[in-house]
Amino acid sequence: MGLSNPAAGHDDTTTVSAISPNWVTTRLDFLTNWARSNSLWPMPFGTACCAIEFMATAASRFDLARFGMERMSFSPRQADVLICAGRLPFKLAPVIRRIWDQMPQPKWSISMGACASSGGIFDNYSMVQGIDTIIPVDVYVPGCPPRPEGLMYGILLLQKKIKGETFTDDSLRVEKLVGPSGLFLPAERVDELSEPFGNSISQTRSS
Amino acid sequence: MSTLSPSVPALRSEFGPSVERHLVSSGQTIVYVSRDRSHDVLAWLRDTPGQEFNYLTDVTAVEYRDPERPLEVVYQLRSLGRKANLRVKVALDKRGPLEVRSVYDLWRGADWLEREVYDMFGITFVGHPDLRRILMWETYAEGYPLRKDFPLRGHFSRAEQTRQALAANPEAHYSLEELSIADAYGELPKEMQERLAKGERGFLK
Repeated sequence: MGLSNPAAGHDDTTTVSAISPNWVTTRLDFLTNWARSNSLWPMPFGTACCAIEFMATAASRFDLARFGMERMSFSPRQADVLICAGRLPFKLAPVIRRIWDQMPQPKWSISMGACASSGGIFDNYSMVQGIDTIIPVDVYVPGCPPRPEGLMYGILLLQKKIKGETFTDDSLRVEKLVGPSGLFLPAERVDELSEPFGNSISQTRSS
Repeated sequence: MSTLSPSVPALRSEFGPSVERHLVSSGQTIVYVSRDRSHDVLAWLRDTPGQEFNYLTDVTAVEYRDPERPLEVVYQLRSLGRKANLRVKVALDKRGPLEVRSVYDLWRGADWLEREVYDMFGITFVGHPDLRRILMWETYAEGYPLRKDFPLRGHFSRAEQTRQALAANPEAHYSLEELSIADAYGELPKEMQERLAKGERGFLK
């Protein structure tokens, strides 16, 4: 067929698989990953000061469009990457979960800033201690808030991660839904992720 | 700066022992009034010519670290015409019921302010038309977050807090009318009808 070598002068359509059984798969991976990683449409979930830095990243000085991300998708149905920019209170946990569930595969998420990644300074009764207890997270961007360079570095890391994916690995595209326990992780794992750390372990208040 | 507001002598002559004490702090006159007469005092301050405190800047509450000290409900009043301020406090003994008359009928703006004090401190405003939690969700079961006996991270484990949060039905915080889809209810997809029909106001199920 098209992949045969006419110079050989005979029908050798089976040669491709004889030379390298993985050749087609690898090249298609490269093509889809190249397309996906360079046309990520972000779903901005800005709740706090990180969103200001996110807007600065999208604006002309830092220009997120250079990485194919200038099209903010305010509908989760057309979004590829959820960027949680800011702290997440428990009241917003079902909202970000609903948005994540509404996004079609393939999808990725970036946890931007200390509060989204770990609760940050808000180690209190009303704040989710890291959005990874609510949705799966691909890239964490540290900072309070991260500078636009930091967010762009996180985006480049995500692009690198996408370029390493393969569609033969079905587990990448499996939806990690909230289970019958009401959580998407085991309860012990949520407690472990939410444990106090840094300065907040030595605070003198009760509990 | 530290001059006493002329409202204080007028209050003392009008209400006598119901005005418990007063002090001047940072130029602000603070008057403590008894719980039983607080609504009368505030109504008098609003309506009497020469007082005319027609604007309720804030309603809040204070709990001190000393467990013997009572909770204080704070009314910050402002007379827009006279450009004068007055702070009125009502002390509530923790051993008694944490109740005070609502001032919703005097200043409509007290509506959400009193709901917030109720939400954070558990103080009941008698006569408030719609005393529900306003910042925390309505079925929030861990207590009153700004009280001193409330642990900073809440009473429940993080996993339980997360579970309750994820069990929430955000649409249920709004009625069908508020979502403007009451007419279209029959045409909605079945799973959406089920979500909306649950109609719980809060996170517990």
